[in-house]
Amino acid sequence: MYIIVGGGGDVGYYLTRYLLQQGHETLLLEKETGRFQTLEEELGQSVLRGDACEARTMEEAGARRADVVIAVTGEDEDNLVICQTAKKRFNVSRTIARLNNPKHEELFQKLGIDVTVSPTKSILSLIESELPGQRFVLLMNLKRAGLEIAQITVSSLSPVVGKALNQINLPRSSNLALVIRDDKPIVPSGDIVIQANDEIYALVNREGEEELRNTFGTA
Amino acid sequence: MKIVILGCGRVGGTLATQLDEAGHTVSVIDKSSDSFQRLNPKFKGDRIVGNGVDEEVLRRAGLEDADAFAAVTNGDNRNIMASQIAKEIFHTQKVICRIYDPLREQTYRELGLETICPTQVITNMVSNALIGTRPATTPNKN
Repeated sequence: MYIIVGGGGDVGYYLTRYLLQQGHETLLLEKETGRFQTLEEELGQSVLRGDACEARTMEEAGARRADVVIAVTGEDEDNLVICQTAKKRFNVSRTIARLNNPKHEELFQKLGIDVTVSPTKSILSLIESELPGQRFVLLMNLKRAGLEIAQITVSSLSPVVGKALNQINLPRSSNLALVIRDDKPIVPSGDIVIQANDEIYALVNREGEEELRNTFGTA
Repeated sequence: MKIVILGCGRVGGTLATQLDEAGHTVSVIDKSSDSFQRLNPKFKGDRIVGNGVDEEVLRRAGLEDADAFAAVTNGDNRNIMASQIAKEIFHTQKVICRIYDPLREQTYRELGLETICPTQVITNMVSNALIGTRPATTPNKN
C-alpha cells in the first residue's frame, strides 16, 4: 500500500515509522525546514519537504497513486484541506484526519472525510474512566457499526440491583458484553443477578445510550 | 442584511466598516481583539473574539440568522473550513471565501464554494496595467 502522511509532528513521525515497519510504502510531508531536516536524518527518503495542503506538493508526492492519505497536523482546518484536496484533486479513495476539536467530527463526515480520529476525545474518556464517582463512561466509538462501548459501574442505589438480567428492560440496540465482579470477568447470561459495584461493559448505539443510562440509574 | 465577517484584517476591517455605514447589521470575528482597532470608531456592529472554525464562536456572532458570511482571514484553510461550516451547518444563503492559493481556489470552486482569489485578481490587474491586456489563463496541469 502507498500511504501519504501530512504533518511531521510527533504523531506524524511515529505513525510514519510504524507504517514503514509494517512494510507499507510511506511518505511523510513536512513544510517547516528545520523540522524537515530533523526528520530526514532519521527517515531519509521517506520524508519530503512541502506543505501537504498544496496541490503542488501532493503532485510531487505522487498522490495520484496513493491508497490512503492521513492528515495529522495540529490544525483541524489544515487536516480538512489536506483530505479534501486528496479526494477531489487526486481521487484518493481513503482519507483519514486527526481531529483536535472533537466537535468537528460531524462536519468532517459531512464533508466526505472517510475516517476521523480524535485524540482529545480519547484522552478525555480515558481520564474520565479513571476519575472516582463516574458511573457511565463511553470508552470507544465503533463508527462503522454505529456502536459505542460504555462502561457502567452499578451504584448501590441503582434500580437494577438484585434483578436478574432477563428481568431488566434493556434498549433493543444494546448488548451487555461483560460483567466484572470482584476483579473477575463474567460473561453475562440472562439469569445473572446484578449487584452493587458490578462493572458492566455494554455495546450500545447512540439512540440507546440515554435509555441505558436511565435503566442503570446513571443518567 | 445581516452579515458575519470572519477576520478583521485590512480587508475584513474595511469591509465591516463599509457595510456598517451602508446600514447593514454586521458582526465581525477575529482571534485577537487588537484587530478591532482597524474598525471605524463609529462601527455599531458586534465584535467577537474567537476562533472562526469553532461553531460556538460563529453562533455567538449570530450566523444562525445571518443572510451572508464572508471568510477573509489571512489563512486559506481557516477560510475554507469556516465557509464550509457556514454552508453545511448554518445553511447560510450567501457564503464568500477568500483563498490566496490559486490551485486551492480552483479545487474549492469546483466543490461548490463561492471563492475569490486575490492572487489571481491582482495578477490580472497588474498584467493589464503593464501590457494592456489580460493574459490568457494558462490551464494548470494540476
